[in-house]
Amino acid sequence: MRTARFFVAPVTAAALALSLAACGSGGGAADDSTITVAYQKFGNFTQADELFKKVKPAFEEANPGITVELVPIEAQQNDYFTKLALMNRSPSTAPDVMYEDTFMIKSDVEAGYLQPLDDYLAEWDEWDQFVDGAKEAGAGDDGKTYGVSMGTDTRGLWFNKDVLAKAGLPEDWAPKSWDELLEAARTIKESDPDVVPFNMYSGKPQGEAAVMQGFEMLLYGTGDTLYEDGKWVLGSQGFIDALGFVETVFTEGLAPTPQQALDTNIGNTVQGEWLPEGRVGIALDGSWVAGNWLESGAAPWPEWSEKMGTAPMPTQEGQDPGAVSMSGGWTLAMGAGSENPDAAFEFISMALNRENSLWFDVANSQIAVRTDVAEDPEYTKSNPTTKFFTDLVDVTNFRPATSDYPKVSNEIMVAMEAVMTGQQTPEEAAAAYDEAVAGIVGDENTTQG
Amino acid sequence: MAVTSRGVARVVPLAPAVVLLALFMLGPVVWSFYGSFTNAALTGPAALNPEWIGLDNYTALLGDPEFPKSLWLTVVFVFLSAVVGQNVMGILLAGLLRSAVKPVRSIASTVVVAAWVLPEIVAAFAAYAFFHSEGTLNTMLAGIGVTGPDWLYSTPMLAVIVANIWRGTAFSMMVYSAALAEVPPELTEAAQLDGANGMQRLAWVTLPVIRRSISTNLMLTTLQTLSVFTLIYVMTGGGPGTDSSTLPILAYQEAFKFAQVGYGTAIATVMIIVGAVFSVIYIRALRPEVD
Repeated sequence: MRTARFFVAPVTAAALALSLAACGSGGGAADDSTITVAYQKFGNFTQADELFKKVKPAFEEANPGITVELVPIEAQQNDYFTKLALMNRSPSTAPDVMYEDTFMIKSDVEAGYLQPLDDYLAEWDEWDQFVDGAKEAGAGDDGKTYGVSMGTDTRGLWFNKDVLAKAGLPEDWAPKSWDELLEAARTIKESDPDVVPFNMYSGKPQGEAAVMQGFEMLLYGTGDTLYEDGKWVLGSQGFIDALGFVETVFTEGLAPTPQQALDTNIGNTVQGEWLPEGRVGIALDGSWVAGNWLESGAAPWPEWSEKMGTAPMPTQEGQDPGAVSMSGGWTLAMGAGSENPDAAFEFISMALNRENSLWFDVANSQIAVRTDVAEDPEYTKSNPTTKFFTDLVDVTNFRPATSDYPKVSNEIMVAMEAVMTGQQTPEEAAAAYDEAVAGIVGDENTTQG
Repeated sequence: MAVTSRGVARVVPLAPAVVLLALFMLGPVVWSFYGSFTNAALTGPAALNPEWIGLDNYTALLGDPEFPKSLWLTVVFVFLSAVVGQNVMGILLAGLLRSAVKPVRSIASTVVVAAWVLPEIVAAFAAYAFFHSEGTLNTMLAGIGVTGPDWLYSTPMLAVIVANIWRGTAFSMMVYSAALAEVPPELTEAAQLDGANGMQRLAWVTLPVIRRSISTNLMLTTLQTLSVFTLIYVMTGGGPGTDSSTLPILAYQEAFKFAQVGYGTAIATVMIIVGAVFSVIYIRALRPEVD
């Protein structure tokens, strides 16, 4: 279907003109003396930008004649995927190296955007420093490795100790079930109606953050799951219950108003302003949040380690294992059309060598995936929450590793938004989700939960 | 022979324009129509090799509960903001300004045209700031002791419709000012002598004379409003939920947020059909070419 590719060309061209104009950089990767590196830079997330700005001069010095062109894409997460996909469609704009979310790898491999790295990794003497989980996270459906992990993450509850103390909740607060969590949120609401008791991301504008930090943290604590034995689980009670939790927090006013929650910038606002200012009590969020508050972060807050507490996200009724977490992480991947793959890999290996991985994991509060970094005192002492979030690895879950996942994830955002705005009941939204997923993956790939 | 060479001589200077138009206007339209029959996507296997899937996108669209809602919202948006709002406001303003004194006329038309002169993105942000829960409108309401609702959230369609009327009325006003100036004064004077009052003169003399302008203007504003994207996207993002997702917003969301380009182009094709239906209605109802 050669012809079918043509029609997207105008669309691609238009969108590219926009995205390239937006990031103020009109380069292409058409020759082998330039390595283009595409990555996200948005709001409080500037660590990747800093990392690549650090690596660029070192790389250019070590490789005379090769220029590194950095292409920061200033877009919210879902728009970042869209812009990256559009860049990848045209050989003249496809980057050599890209900042790639693990959950997009399988899908982008099937789209032909990425290049396997196995030959390079076999010769890279530092590859055995990476833990097995990180190696798997970068694999495509064909078993080859496409991404080199930059770090991983877990998710849990952050809380502002001052806000909880005011509501009479202890400093070592740790809910045992959803009900205890909701009870605490209601108590905070009573003690101070101006505070947002509980924040979770929800709805289409928050993209994968809503699905992973929000919905899946609930669903995987019900005993049900999204995907089991190669089939998508439909009609599970856990799915409805998780949506029911979303409905409760938004209709009872325990969460931000739906309009605030649907603002693209809520993530930056919560992490950069509301938590430090004590305007949010409890936040269901990622292990990297503290990265904002470090001196190198976007919203430095020196007192954060005294003011903020952490607790694992409980399972629905407190059933085993008592807590739940989700893990993901980002990788560096190589574009399929790279004119100079040797240099591109050289860049990746330099950006993720021991020193730079250590810098990135500390600055971005990532959980290290390199053994030598994980043992480094600079890493273990960098952040008082490192141990807490690293321990959550014991109860963590991974998203379904299939190329359909990004599409299914979109349907979860739609269901969340329908419930949080009161347009559908959890049952109706779950039924609409079931129908949509069956349409995406085919009835034969689904099972009743 | 002479005829052919003259024909060629006439065509040659046109060729570059025709080629450019075909390349940049017709080409994308045709390919988008073609794309609506494929499963083209931004990621996944279909990104590399889109396949011909016939009418699957259209059957999926018809089965999608979002679609009838979005179609209905589009019709409501176009009807209330373009057909009723911009046209009625436009003709009223044009009529009133004709009889107004000069300073009033210049000031009023400058104010109206200002909204039209603003780039769409700026106008959209201005409307957003106006309707926001802590925006201009609610601040003014608070001044008289009224607590306004969160317009963009509780009445998103009302907010975008009013914003679009504000933004687009200038165009209709200018079209109708020109049309009214062309109405021969002897016709209205004759009607006046025969005892017709103001309303009767408008209904039986002025409107029939300017009906070509009405039909053209209706068609232009309708097609323009049908494709309004920036205004709605900036103000409400199509939300809350899908409560202000007109067809352009839905098409963008499916194609670029959810990466299903084929499905998105199918929605775009439906928009063309909706526009065609509106156009046919105007042409039939007002028959501009028969005098």
